[in-house]
Amino acid sequence: MNGPTFTIDGRSVPFTEGQSIIQAAREAGIYIPHLCYHPEFRPHGSCRLCVVEAGGRSVPACSTPAVAGQQVRNRTERLDRMRRTLVELLFVEGNHFCPACPKSGNCKLQAVGYWLRMLDTPFPYLFPRRELDASHHDVLLDRDRCIFCELCVRASREVDRKNLFAIGGKGTRCRLLVNSPDGRLGSSGLSLGDRALQVCPTGALLPRKGAFHVPVGRRLYDGRSIAESDE
Amino acid sequence: MTDGARNESGGLRRVRIDPVTRVEGHGRVTLLLDENNRVAQARLHIVEFRGFEKFIQGRPCEEVPILVQRLCGICPVSHLLAASKVLDQLAGVERLTPAAQKQRRLLHLGQVLQSHALHFFYLAAPDLLFGFDSEAQRRNIIGMLERNRDIALQGIRIRKYGQEVIRIICGKRIHGTGPLPGGMNKPLTGADRDHLLADIEQVVRWCQEGLALVRGIYLGNKEYQTRFAVFPSNFLSLVRPDGALELYDGRLRARDAEGQTVFDQVECRDYQRHLREEVRSWSYMKFPFLRALGSGNGWYRVGPLARINNCDSITTPLAEQARREFVQHGAGRPVHASLACHWARMIEALHCAEAIRELLDDPELLGRDLLVEGETSRREAVGVIEAPRGTLFHHYRIDGEGLVAKANLIVSTTSNNQAMNEAIRRVAAEYLDGRTLTEGLLNHIEVAIRAYDPCLSCATHALGRMPLRVELYDAGGELLNTLVKNGK
Repeated sequence: MNGPTFTIDGRSVPFTEGQSIIQAAREAGIYIPHLCYHPEFRPHGSCRLCVVEAGGRSVPACSTPAVAGQQVRNRTERLDRMRRTLVELLFVEGNHFCPACPKSGNCKLQAVGYWLRMLDTPFPYLFPRRELDASHHDVLLDRDRCIFCELCVRASREVDRKNLFAIGGKGTRCRLLVNSPDGRLGSSGLSLGDRALQVCPTGALLPRKGAFHVPVGRRLYDGRSIAESDE
Repeated sequence: MTDGARNESGGLRRVRIDPVTRVEGHGRVTLLLDENNRVAQARLHIVEFRGFEKFIQGRPCEEVPILVQRLCGICPVSHLLAASKVLDQLAGVERLTPAAQKQRRLLHLGQVLQSHALHFFYLAAPDLLFGFDSEAQRRNIIGMLERNRDIALQGIRIRKYGQEVIRIICGKRIHGTGPLPGGMNKPLTGADRDHLLADIEQVVRWCQEGLALVRGIYLGNKEYQTRFAVFPSNFLSLVRPDGALELYDGRLRARDAEGQTVFDQVECRDYQRHLREEVRSWSYMKFPFLRALGSGNGWYRVGPLARINNCDSITTPLAEQARREFVQHGAGRPVHASLACHWARMIEALHCAEAIRELLDDPELLGRDLLVEGETSRREAVGVIEAPRGTLFHHYRIDGEGLVAKANLIVSTTSNNQAMNEAIRRVAAEYLDGRTLTEGLLNHIEVAIRAYDPCLSCATHALGRMPLRVELYDAGGELLNTLVKNGK
């Protein structure tokens, strides 16, 4: 091997200068869990699921450059336990009712929960009251399912060039805001082909037609884990 | 056993059975005794609050069928299909493609078959085979496997087959997907059909044997069976246009206790013109009644007994032959015995197996044209289906954004509410001497309730292991005595 390499859990991983740890890992077929990271967009570093141990520190793999010779630890009991806790916290701070969600089986939050063997949570559910927006003919905005990854914010700004979304408020009052005259999706100019809609990892932004059209068994994460089907 | 203490202050005395075992869900019974220790009132209390009608308000209508099927772990398909029928209409679809229609019908038949098998072989047969007073710890499916292994295994396998039908169509045995507004989400393959065809003949035979068993038990002690929890009532069910038994679609028919027609061929969307619901303070269940007869006399029974009493024929030959024997037993009048529910239930199980066999032989079942686009959408619609336990109504109204504005569900067990209370009253009046609470009495009351296969919350299976607590209160509400029977 001619180029620089580093290791993840003892496995040698090649990389090119400027690549992040997660970019190099993905090219080498190594899964590092993540929710706010998407290869099309600049790293956000907010979900903290991709945190790995490198150089004696815990660092986000999405925004940390790979360094030649570095030894990175990804799958440790401690890291997975912390990741599981983070996912549990995401579940309790929103209202995620997987059984009736059209995104079930295609949802990254659900899939990463399964991958981390999350069975329940010790944290109390907060049951925040969040407004559902069904004003758009083709797209539902269900804020109950939003995890504030800002992928729609970035996609709408950088790809769709519409700048339709932003996160407002703090703590339990955090909300996905719609940049439209009345603050609702129906008047926003969002269309079904928008990247912002497609990159939502949960069912927060969801096409209304097509719910449950993919049969059980053929959904993205049916029969394979998120590690095997990560995009 | 415990003796009920006399109520010094006079008035009514209260006996409580909590929880009722080997039914789906949690309920309790209270008996109120008068000064002469006669049963003055019997009440089945449904102590769980589910609230589905309320919390689906504001949800997008496309999620509703999948959401409401979580009402039940035994018959989720009934809720899924009833709600899906509403969604078809809201989407402006009045008629599905033949393939979609037949898939849904097959799905429903599999559902009724597995539910009936569960109830008869797991929950009811231990009472019928071992006797109501037999050892409670063994009066369950485990005891069945020990003492009547072949019958128990037949029941388990019939149920498994019905669940397999559901899995093939919905992807999962419980809480899958399949129905969409205007159709279904995937075609069945030849391999799917062949997989189900492989065992269907055997399932039909097992259902015949199960039917013969329950018929034999019933007629073997006819004098007792026709005395135990027998009371006149009206009956409600769906029927086909020709009056034949119909489980998936059809129109409403109600007959009175003498078998005279109250109404017939009523369109499901007009149900509110003919049915009313009443709320009572002591139960989370509502009390529906036939409007024409009023709340006092208009209560009715639904489910297998109602359906077999109400229909003029059954489309499949073996079940039709069995129905004729049942009708002969009634000698021209509806059969009113609660325990005849089991006989009727197994006639239906046989019908389901036969009808599944017919559908599997129908080439249209494998059609790939599964979805119809609607033209004029609607804001309000009603979906009705014959769930295993009886007629099930789903009624939704949506707003301009497709969010549920109002929902009304009348589930089968709700319709049988008054009937179960009546059955308890009859049994208690006959077997309670007013002084001694015997385990036998409690068993008899549970057997009477169990005949209606009530689905109280819908997904709890006690297998006789739940503790039975009986509390004796005086009229002032003071606890006088407690008896706890552990089912372990």
